[in-house]
Amino acid sequence: MYDFTPLIDAITNYLNENFSPFWAGTISMVLLGIVVLMFYAILGLYLVYAERKICARMQNRMGPNRVGPLGLFQTIADLIKLLLKELIYIRNADNLLFNIAPFIVIVASIMAIGAIPFGKGLQALDLNIGVLYILAISSMGVIGILIAGWASNSKYSVIGAMRSGAQVISYELSVGLAILCIVTYAGSLQFSEIIASQQDGWWLFKGHIPAVIAFVIYLIAGTAETNRGPFDLAEAESELTAGFHTEYSGIKFAFFFLAEYMNMFIIAAVATTMFLGGWLPFHIYNWQGFNRIMDFIPPVFWFFGKTAFMIYIMMWFKWTFPRLRIDQLLALEWKYLLPINIMNLLLIAFLTLMQWHF
Amino acid sequence: MEETLLDIDLKDKEEYFINMGPQHPSTHGVLRFEVCLQGEKVKYLIPHCGYIHRGIEKMCEHLTYPQIIHLTDRMDYLSAHINNEAVALCVENSMQVEVSDRVKYIRTIFAELTRIASHQLWWCAFGMDLGALTTFFYGLRDREKILDIFEETTGSRLTQSFITPGGLMADVHPNFQKRVKDFIAYFRKKLPEYDQLLTGNIIFRARTKDIGIMSKEMAIDFGVTGPSGRGSGFECDIRKIAPYSAYPFVKFNEITFPTGDTNSRYLVRIAEMWESLNILEQLVDNIPQGSTMLELKAIKAPKGEFYQRVETARGELGVYIVSDGGPSPARIKFRTPNFSNLFVINKLAAGHKIADLVAISGSLDLVIPDIDR
Amino acid sequence: MQTEELTNLITSMAPDQKPGISKQYPEYILPLDKIRLVAKSLKENPVTQMDYLFCLTAVDRKDGFHVVYHLTSSKYNHTAVLRVVLPDKINPLIPTVSDVWSSAEYYEREVFDLFGIRFENHPDLRRLFLEEEWVGYPLRKDYKDSFTLDR
Repeated sequence: MYDFTPLIDAITNYLNENFSPFWAGTISMVLLGIVVLMFYAILGLYLVYAERKICARMQNRMGPNRVGPLGLFQTIADLIKLLLKELIYIRNADNLLFNIAPFIVIVASIMAIGAIPFGKGLQALDLNIGVLYILAISSMGVIGILIAGWASNSKYSVIGAMRSGAQVISYELSVGLAILCIVTYAGSLQFSEIIASQQDGWWLFKGHIPAVIAFVIYLIAGTAETNRGPFDLAEAESELTAGFHTEYSGIKFAFFFLAEYMNMFIIAAVATTMFLGGWLPFHIYNWQGFNRIMDFIPPVFWFFGKTAFMIYIMMWFKWTFPRLRIDQLLALEWKYLLPINIMNLLLIAFLTLMQWHF
Repeated sequence: MEETLLDIDLKDKEEYFINMGPQHPSTHGVLRFEVCLQGEKVKYLIPHCGYIHRGIEKMCEHLTYPQIIHLTDRMDYLSAHINNEAVALCVENSMQVEVSDRVKYIRTIFAELTRIASHQLWWCAFGMDLGALTTFFYGLRDREKILDIFEETTGSRLTQSFITPGGLMADVHPNFQKRVKDFIAYFRKKLPEYDQLLTGNIIFRARTKDIGIMSKEMAIDFGVTGPSGRGSGFECDIRKIAPYSAYPFVKFNEITFPTGDTNSRYLVRIAEMWESLNILEQLVDNIPQGSTMLELKAIKAPKGEFYQRVETARGELGVYIVSDGGPSPARIKFRTPNFSNLFVINKLAAGHKIADLVAISGSLDLVIPDIDR
Repeated sequence: MQTEELTNLITSMAPDQKPGISKQYPEYILPLDKIRLVAKSLKENPVTQMDYLFCLTAVDRKDGFHVVYHLTSSKYNHTAVLRVVLPDKINPLIPTVSDVWSSAEYYEREVFDLFGIRFENHPDLRRLFLEEEWVGYPLRKDYKDSFTLDR
């Protein structure tokens, strides 16, 4: 019902008619860049606000409620504070690497936002290897973390960076394999086709038990990828002060901080797209009236609603569970998640072959 | 300032030193750990104390006994009432006077409330050290009720100086009994939440089981008392060995676990909170009437030496007074529980990882001003 | 164990022990050279088994430094107090008991820090609370310091 493709096509045609191909391409890229960056910044700000409110409610307190109505401008005030802070330069630190590291992290996460489908036709990059692209781009973030730890020239930072690097590299395997489960079911790496294959039901329900296993594994591995939740020992405040970003201040710290929240958004968005049907409404099999009503709600709301639900779950278990130690974390991945994942993938391949899913 | 203990050739063995320096989120107070690490593993660690040494024992030689009470509050500030009680009992026993039953009951009720409040704060901070940040708020929410009771009667929340040689500074507030009964009913419903949040959690168990094992012989040898010692099977509860105040009138259990790891020290403290609730229930309805202050001409310990042992929330506190008959002691020594509990940490943490060091020092429940006095 | 038996046991090891002043616990004043012998045997003797040293401190009196040891048994719960008088206040010296009870290592460091009493064969005798460069021993009665004390 709601289709953005005509709108996008109209803009593209207008540009192609009035400008040379070079300029048309450039202007469309610039427009896209502005939209994505603004979306990124605003969403990042409000994710921080949401986390503070949610964790406050779980902790029997209110959260920010003074700055602006309901505290909505709190993060903007924090952002202004961070922008105005002094940038501390460290003696004997490798200045080039020290300054590049936050940019690597944030560029990796902005590039991943571009490939996520927000609605029909609302997708910046609809590559035919979309899933592979997202996995590859989010692996680049770990380079930024390692560089940040090394270039800070401080024992705490190096320990934090090494822990984080080991953790992220290990859990990428699980994330990739869990996503591959749905790719096997759907038969394509392209996001729009995966969503199209969920028209008659979300993969979480259609794929019954193995899809649920893949979902749980994806959730665990996804929070470990982004250094969040019970796996946040890279920034364990009570142990090593602040881990790999101890020595960063001001806007550079803001980049790390923002990138962490947006990575969480990306993980939740990919989970929504693969397992929960992306921007498709919630249809119950053959209940025409109910389905029609569900169709009225625009797909963008469906997408953000489902993603918000996933983000809520991730925040919920960050604030409930204690932290895992590094060796327990790596043991969890290599001894438990990886074997289960591989067996699950084989099972799903078999089920797809036999068409034994809904 | 101080050199390290051993001279190690670091280049060959890939070891490096890290300071968990006086300002650190998880050493609760100003204590410096110099940790020698190999990768993530702790080889040995040297605690450096003395950052908050205020010379309390020297100061007390110029103060009268009622004035000393105010200084003892500030040693282990989370067991302030029990510290006061120790000095008061020592002086009263030396003068061979006995306070009325009403005073004994009220002193014990305050002591048990302090014990619960101290364990609540320990639970908050322990969960927070391990990463479960929500426990901090749940524990403090419940602790506020106890601090309100203290404030209503004594006027202050943390360092009360309420128990004094001869009795109490003043009588309790008329609402006292009702408030304590309300608190007991409230906390009995909330304490199972602590178990649901932390005790049964599989991540928590993986972080605390088999970490920092202290055998019973090690506990006795180092003099580790209190819940840390009882978690290793060392039966050191002074309330059972040499009962004082109203403890002879109540029935309660001494909880020990034989394992000696971090998890058993944790379970001992949770169980102690339940036991303290039982003690409070037995006492609060039966407070006898009577006077709250003895009529004493002068508070002077006679010539001689006197030792009093009490059980604070962290272990055995001993007050040793050497007196020449005057209004001030010639020497007063505080045998504080945290001093003995601290130095066993080198033996416990060696061979574990940094994350475990945080868990172990949290489970030993150290309050640093008590170490340094 | 009764006080009589304890007194007999200690007298058998240190014939010139004197009874102490405390009325609370049985107290024995021992000569300097017998403290280690008595300490070790009180810990290892299966009848006494005094394995818990719960206080080790020093007192500055007119006749010298008194080093006081409070011992108890975790099994039998009987308590004893040992006392050694060190008349020499310029260079007081006493054998260590840190190999008998591990907690003594730190109590003795504190006594050294605040009184200046040296313990022979102590594994690591240095100041505990005060800085290495501090001059003087604060808990002595003749300690003068115009900066920190105002009486």
